[in-house]
Amino acid sequence: MSDSTVVGLHHEEQHHPELLHHFAEPQQQRDAASLGMWIFLGTEVMFFGGLFCAYLIYRRWYFGDFGAASKSIDATLGATNTAVLICSSLTVVLAVWAAQTARRTLLIGSLVITMLLGLVFLGIKGKEYKDKFEEHHVPGASFSFDHVPIPGHADQYANPRHAEIFFSLYFIMTGLHALHMIIGLGLFAWLLFMAWKGRFTPEYHTPVEIGGLYWHFVDIVWIYLFPLLYLIDRHP
Amino acid sequence: MYFGIWITLLLCTFITYKAAFIELGRFNAAVALIIATIKALLVALFFMHIKGAHEKLLKLVVISTVFFLFILLALSMADYGTRMWS
Repeated sequence: MSDSTVVGLHHEEQHHPELLHHFAEPQQQRDAASLGMWIFLGTEVMFFGGLFCAYLIYRRWYFGDFGAASKSIDATLGATNTAVLICSSLTVVLAVWAAQTARRTLLIGSLVITMLLGLVFLGIKGKEYKDKFEEHHVPGASFSFDHVPIPGHADQYANPRHAEIFFSLYFIMTGLHALHMIIGLGLFAWLLFMAWKGRFTPEYHTPVEIGGLYWHFVDIVWIYLFPLLYLIDRHP
Repeated sequence: MYFGIWITLLLCTFITYKAAFIELGRFNAAVALIIATIKALLVALFFMHIKGAHEKLLKLVVISTVFFLFILLALSMADYGTRMWS
């Protein structure tokens, strides 16, 4: 092997400058970065998984009350948010492709549009939270959920305490998701800055790829959150 | 390519939304979750580039993540679901 035997000296032209020395070749380094991000996403799956488990248990116990509570959140806004995130996943994938094929304008444009869509998502979420606040559906001292009929059983009213559990789960799960969105926006702002400075090449664009993995994960969480929270019992 | 997956994802969202308003009894939840799983698979396989990934260990990590999540959800639900207390 043409190993440099003198510590501290190496020939720049022997390997790509971004190749770190504990990797044998660039592909291995890319694989390691991807694997590392996926393992982190695995921990995130467990993070959200616990909340989903709690949600499923309570939904099974208090199905009617959850149905009534779910009907009071706006499914159209939820569906719109889902579409927004799906579009942002597309722009993320385009950004990765642009980095792979050295298309600087497309890369920067895609990153910008991804962030804009993320802000749109958070804006719609804010509107939903505002509606909940005004309707006194935020768990706490001012919570009230009186005389709301259970879907399918017009003669029965939902139990406000059980509905409050639904809204607790709603705010914690969507709030945690929104926090992840905000972190994602921060990450992408940094990616945008690096892309603007021309740091990404077809040989090295790993931050774009693994940032993209994070964003897709946040999208997948929302893909599951939307039907579970918004579409429990919508048929009239 | 990516645009095909994107259109499919949007379509699935639309179908989920519309299907929620149709009376299907117990199958409303199943339909919604099945479509959600299809969407998640599309995003994971094609947008996150699991399909055709270079690293063989990657698929093991992803599958075991899903497996352990499945254990969490299945065993918890089986516990509560088999308590016949009224």
